[in-house]
Amino acid sequence: MAGLTPSQTVGPFFAYGLTPRAYGRRELATNDMITPDASGTRIRIEGRVLDGAGAAVGEALVELWQADAAGRYAHPADGRARPNSAFKGFGRAEIEPRDGSYFFQTIKPGAVPGPDGTPMAPHINVSIFARGVVRRMFTRIYFPDESANAHDPILRLVPEDRRHTLIARTENLGAERIYVFDIRLQGEGETVFFES
Amino acid sequence: MLRAGDREERDMTTVFTRTSYTRTSFTRTSLAAHPPYAATAYRSTALRAPKQPLIVIAQTLSELTGPIYGHESVGPTDSDLTRQHAQPPQGERIIVAGRVLDEGGRPVPDTLIEIWQTNAAGRYIHVADQHDAPIDPNFTGAGRAVTDAEGRYQFITVKPGAYPWRNHANAWRPAHIHLSLFGPSFLTRLVTQMYFPGDPLLALDPMLTTIPDAQARDRLVAHFDLELTKPEWALGYRFDIVLYGRERTPMES
Repeated sequence: MAGLTPSQTVGPFFAYGLTPRAYGRRELATNDMITPDASGTRIRIEGRVLDGAGAAVGEALVELWQADAAGRYAHPADGRARPNSAFKGFGRAEIEPRDGSYFFQTIKPGAVPGPDGTPMAPHINVSIFARGVVRRMFTRIYFPDESANAHDPILRLVPEDRRHTLIARTENLGAERIYVFDIRLQGEGETVFFES
Repeated sequence: MLRAGDREERDMTTVFTRTSYTRTSFTRTSLAAHPPYAATAYRSTALRAPKQPLIVIAQTLSELTGPIYGHESVGPTDSDLTRQHAQPPQGERIIVAGRVLDEGGRPVPDTLIEIWQTNAAGRYIHVADQHDAPIDPNFTGAGRAVTDAEGRYQFITVKPGAYPWRNHANAWRPAHIHLSLFGPSFLTRLVTQMYFPGDPLLALDPMLTTIPDAQARDRLVAHFDLELTKPEWALGYRFDIVLYGRERTPMES
């Protein structure tokens, strides 16, 4: 057995390494996850990362990992054929330091196979890294307009009074459907974070 | 309509059955190697560490898959940080190499490593770094490499410098290189820092001292390696990275 390498904070200065557009380096992934071949409903996810005092977290990185509109992941563990092979389902955004805000353009994921064949309600997996956060925190964004949420095997593990922290709010901005998902690292309305 | 829906649900069952044969197992006890979210010695955790317990969830398809970035994501000078500008950077040239492994000691092939660091003077090129140390126009300090079939990687860079931070009186970060790895799934995602052996600041650094287990702490310190050292050219430091999870033996599956 080999001992696990401990995690360390991403620190405040990760941008030129991980989100380096402003530094003239090619980016691995951005907050625009839509590819020309991606079918499905285009959506915008936006929100803020807030600390225990309700203040904006100025140095943070948010990553999304999601299935396509048919609920398929671009990964060999998901053996299903995907006609939209360019759609990776991965996005990265550096928090806007002034107000802790972030946004992504993506497509709404489909329901994903869950334990024992029970489908999981459409959701997006979220990783949060920040100065002062020593180990990646992860959570899920669920959608408010999904009756499948009631039977989702992961949501059901969450105490009822905290489930709302995992469900985005919806807003319409012109023709665009926006889902608002604030991430509260601590305190009042603290977002549910997972371990697995 | 209903029939189509039925078929879709049946397809999903099939898929999950297949993925439940995944050969990686994750044992949460090994997560004790990580530093705790809340640590008084590292001040910035005070308002950013969760107060509620993490909720333990099953490893579903969402956790057992993850973004894959391989050789196509790395350009020709990405792993040599001394060749990214017109002139070589100032400082001590070093080689950093090692393997990426799972907890069973098996190599993790074709996985991306992203790094970033200060220059030799301890200054990040990041716009927000205010440390009174010179910028090196010939050094950005960011790189990428992908592991080979045996999990091996290598970077050429310059040794980063120590720099002050405001965590406590006269606080200095030991020289370090930041690393970010994906590994084979969402659960294996790791962001960490590599340190240098013999640095007197290691014992004073809350990033390290808040890791409860001394052996786990030591795993963040690279080893000087004379075999990796290239005569007349650069010192070699070896740093192996072990990601969460291990392949199951046939007995377990």
